[in-house]
Amino acid sequence: MATRKRAAKPNVSAEELMHYYKEMLLIRRFEEKAGQLYGMGLIGGFCHLYIGQEAVVVGLEAVAEEGDNRITTYRDHGHMLACGMDPKGVMAELTGREGGYSKGKGGSMHMFSKEKRFYGGHGIVGANVPIGAGLALADQYLGNDRVTFTYFGDGAANQGQVYETYNMAELWDLPIIFVIENNQYAMGTSVKRATKGMTLRQRGEAFGIPGEEVDGMDVLAVKEAGQRAVENCRAGKGPYLLEVMTYRYRGHSMSDPAKYRTREEVQKMRDERDPIEHVRTMLLEGKHASEEDLKAIDKEVKDRVNDSAEFAKESPEPAVEELWTDIYAAELPQGEAI
Amino acid sequence: MATEILMPALSPTMEEGTLAKWLVKEGDTVSSGDILAEIETDKATMEFEAVDEGTIGKILVAEGTEGVKVNQPIAVLLEEGEDASAADAAPSAAPAEAEKPADGAPKPDTGATAPAQAKKADERPAPEPRAASAAPEWPEGTEMKSMTVREALNSAIAEEMERDENVFIMGEEVAEYQGAYKITQGLLDKFGAKRVIDTPITEHGFAGIGVGAAFGGLKPIVEFMTWNFAMQAIDQIINSAAKTLYMSGGQMGCPIVFRGPNGAAARVAAQHSQDYAAWYASVPGLKVVQPYHAADAKGLLKSAIRDPNPVVFLENEILYGRSFEVPVIEDFTVPLGKARVAREGSEVTIVSWGIGMSHTMEAVAELEKQGVDVEVIDLRSLRPLDYDAILASVKKTNRLVTVEEGWPRASMSNHISAYVMENAFDWLDAPVINVTGKDVPMPYAANLERLALVTPEEVIDAVNKVTYRS
Repeated sequence: MATRKRAAKPNVSAEELMHYYKEMLLIRRFEEKAGQLYGMGLIGGFCHLYIGQEAVVVGLEAVAEEGDNRITTYRDHGHMLACGMDPKGVMAELTGREGGYSKGKGGSMHMFSKEKRFYGGHGIVGANVPIGAGLALADQYLGNDRVTFTYFGDGAANQGQVYETYNMAELWDLPIIFVIENNQYAMGTSVKRATKGMTLRQRGEAFGIPGEEVDGMDVLAVKEAGQRAVENCRAGKGPYLLEVMTYRYRGHSMSDPAKYRTREEVQKMRDERDPIEHVRTMLLEGKHASEEDLKAIDKEVKDRVNDSAEFAKESPEPAVEELWTDIYAAELPQGEAI
Repeated sequence: MATEILMPALSPTMEEGTLAKWLVKEGDTVSSGDILAEIETDKATMEFEAVDEGTIGKILVAEGTEGVKVNQPIAVLLEEGEDASAADAAPSAAPAEAEKPADGAPKPDTGATAPAQAKKADERPAPEPRAASAAPEWPEGTEMKSMTVREALNSAIAEEMERDENVFIMGEEVAEYQGAYKITQGLLDKFGAKRVIDTPITEHGFAGIGVGAAFGGLKPIVEFMTWNFAMQAIDQIINSAAKTLYMSGGQMGCPIVFRGPNGAAARVAAQHSQDYAAWYASVPGLKVVQPYHAADAKGLLKSAIRDPNPVVFLENEILYGRSFEVPVIEDFTVPLGKARVAREGSEVTIVSWGIGMSHTMEAVAELEKQGVDVEVIDLRSLRPLDYDAILASVKKTNRLVTVEEGWPRASMSNHISAYVMENAFDWLDAPVINVTGKDVPMPYAANLERLALVTPEEVIDAVNKVTYRS
């Protein structure tokens, strides 16, 4: 991705910029903390960090309205924080504790909030895409004007069910926004080693789905594109596709040594394209905030993240009885031989 | 305050590692994201990044050190304004937050922190056997009507769609074609294209859309033209539909019915003839139903559509055209998880379900002539499974034969045999015999196909064996 000079957009208010800054910083600090807790053995299994991609979800949440749905794969912590889920509940799920969103039974990759209309957190790459279309189908059926933000990566974009879904979404005019978070690497395989021919956005076009490529390191660009996508869906014109070009700074998961790219490549992105630094610069250059103001925000965010970590450490492990609950809905006897 | 940087765990299995190389030295200023060191784990060499900002006050573990335990302090980080003397003041032992998760939780005496342990199977409440009765499940004198299984399924769907406008059906050829097997005949005219949705041939995709629609508040019925094609969609059925309630800590269920013909039809060979009963019945979170006659087909499908859980509803193409008596009762339902005593008897129990019941009843007619008094249990539901009914019958007859059209390995029959052995060993007068389909892909040739399936003769042989008559 080429570096280009970015200037503060005149039509952005200080409050708005400040909000994006806070939201993105919350995700970054949260993820750094999660990485630390993982290192301490408090978080187990797989843990996929969102560091570097913050502008994608924050920009799109800026155009979401009450009642809209979101669903993603397993790099999901950022999505949960951005849609207003409590960092404490998210962190406690990562540590596998009773206070987690899934009572500790889902973990990093499988988390949900019905209240926030966050439908996961799915561990199977690509499987969330038709589910997103199903949520959109439900809204269309029920006759409301909600939209479903369906996030997936450049890796998932090679799964067959994604294209099955494109076809049906366009066939039935489903109100779904396909958000491809193209962070350049599917685990260790770069896009160019896995994807032949047209761009991921153009693949949508092949099904008749309008779409655009978006600079995912620029929260304002993401927001603007998101607005067009949402308008398209709410107007009943069917699906819309955003290929958001972004970059993940960390490995695929905590145990990824990331030998498939150079340290310089990562450092260059961090130095030149960091989405948080971008907004920070706009805030300072536009005189919307002073260094002091930002320092105060940094502290506020850090405290919030530290509180979530404390909560996640202190919350007890789920009660032994929880092994046998939530297998079936309603009155079925739980835990007996069935 | 100075904080210790601890040896990180960098993989799910890492317990110790080698501190291969320091990329910072004492006195260096670091900010979050800076790479501090290279660490060799059990899997690879990893870079280790700073989380907090500060100055490296002291390096506690020299590079090249092997066997550094996870959570051992490896350096001290000073905050802005602190000098090196603070490094010595940092706690020397691993701080509380470095403890293992189980210990980090509140004290054990709260009773809530004991490590989660699986309840042992034998701690589960033992079922109370109940007396078997072949009395019909509807009041005496109820008007009866002859119906094919096809008509029964069709009327069940239509009634539930009338009852609840959030019920809809989707699948290949369900609407304009009127159903590949005519189960959905007439539904498009009655309910319109919004509620009777033709899909492209794309099982994986539309199964997932069905799951999403269920998450979104609808009650989808997803028809697979046959369950053989649902193998393309099995990930959505199991990973998305069956597991989400658990993975969400009870927040989100998936009220959906996946249905279609299962098992062998006639002369359609290996890829179109598989019986999936045992596969799906092994999955916690799914309910699995396989009716035999028309009344059960109707009553169970209505219950399945109303159920708040994902239900796998296994039909049978050969049974679609068979006629049975169905009670004329408004809103007739059959509960999931309850077996039916199809025939009361005293000498031997046959447990079967679905098309297996057809072979069983043929065999029983012959056995009757030979004077053998057989009790027949039609399971109807495979999950939940009516263990009580099986045990009660076995404790009465002391002999058990299971009849299943699917493959013998890891079958429902194996499971039932194991359960009976564990729970009614002393009541058995003979080893349980499983009569199943043969352990081969379904052949096309008519004679071979006959051999591959269960025959009534095999059922009779098994009964003779467990009663020591042969």
